[in-house]
Amino acid sequence: MTERHLPSASMKTADLVNLDFDLLGVLTRMGIPIRFGEETVAETCRRHGVDVDTFLLICNVYVIDGYRPTADVLEKADLHDIVRYLHQSHAYYMDAALKDLASALEDMIQPCGDSHKRIIWKFFSDYKDELAKHFEYEEKAVFPLAEAVLGHTTAHDGPDGHGEDHSNMEEKLADLKNLVMKYMPPQCDQKGIYRALFYIFTFEKDLEKHTFIEDQILSPIVKHLEADE
Amino acid sequence: MSKHILLVVPSTILARGLEQIFEDLGEFEVCGTVSDLSGGLKNIDPDVVIVDPSALEPAVRANVKAVLPDTAVLALATLWWDEDTLKQYDGVIGLYDAPTTVIRKVRAALESRTEPGRPDGEELSLREKEILICVAKGMLNKEIADLYNISIYTVITHRKNITRKTGIKTVAGLTVYAILNNLIDMNSVES
Repeated sequence: MTERHLPSASMKTADLVNLDFDLLGVLTRMGIPIRFGEETVAETCRRHGVDVDTFLLICNVYVIDGYRPTADVLEKADLHDIVRYLHQSHAYYMDAALKDLASALEDMIQPCGDSHKRIIWKFFSDYKDELAKHFEYEEKAVFPLAEAVLGHTTAHDGPDGHGEDHSNMEEKLADLKNLVMKYMPPQCDQKGIYRALFYIFTFEKDLEKHTFIEDQILSPIVKHLEADE
Repeated sequence: MSKHILLVVPSTILARGLEQIFEDLGEFEVCGTVSDLSGGLKNIDPDVVIVDPSALEPAVRANVKAVLPDTAVLALATLWWDEDTLKQYDGVIGLYDAPTTVIRKVRAALESRTEPGRPDGEELSLREKEILICVAKGMLNKEIADLYNISIYTVITHRKNITRKTGIKTVAGLTVYAILNNLIDMNSVES
């Protein structure tokens, strides 16, 4: 690893991933394929049409614990790139993260009795449905509103989606984590439990950053732009 | 209000020395000095007890917490005591400790005793299980209170304790818990 410990425009893109593996997810969700060569972060971003300041802002959310972007940093950020990132994250969660978790849970409960199987699966699929509905709301109401503000086409009749409540879904995921960690029937597949926990912990951490970007980055930028009109 | 300390210290020199330290530094006040614990605590209700283990009968010395379960207890290490004897205490004061060190140790002992939430490795009580079953069946706090003839406030306290012990917050999660632990069966939740 290089001497640098924070993401920067001049570091090599490959070193960014060495710095923090979570950033590989950020890169791919930004539509950057994994073949970094010796390019710097600035070069990679330019080549793929991503604003480098916005990209670094998102990287900082992942790398720096308790990160609080300054007003100056928010001012420079590209709203379109942020919305694109959040949208791609939703797709990743539904198409990959939750599918991995589902398959681990399936393996885990496979040896269990029928009623245990059903109740665990029901809890997970209810959670998944709730999450999907929440994402859909953001896709249909919150993101278009943000884009509208950007394009100065006033679409203010949309619902006020800023700072919505994520707490119930966070609680359910935490419950699933505790249930899997503490109370699974003894015949459950141990490898399945391990994989399920791995995916739950990874997902939980990613969602936390995702919510932070929505509430502490997207929402203030939109409010700021609205106030400017 | 300063916290009260009971000294179980047969040596007058040491007892007076400790009293002087607490008087000088405020914060704690010696509310009594006894030379042994044979008479129990009588009417004294101290926040902290400082004990010279040599003042105790061997049987008591081996099980100090049984005699003083509710207070922070520190040992005054007048002699060399083995680890098993000293590990029962919430702190150990040495004869050569500086006065500020003594205060710091007493403070730490008090904190370790008053930590909220007690040890977390507890099983649910019978009453908590009963209430959990009601919650899993979808009953409201008011209905549960009426069923067991207790206040809503008590129901809420039980529910908080259930969540603290299990780490599970949502009704849906508690329902899974109840079924996995065979407290209810699937049929009573599927409508």
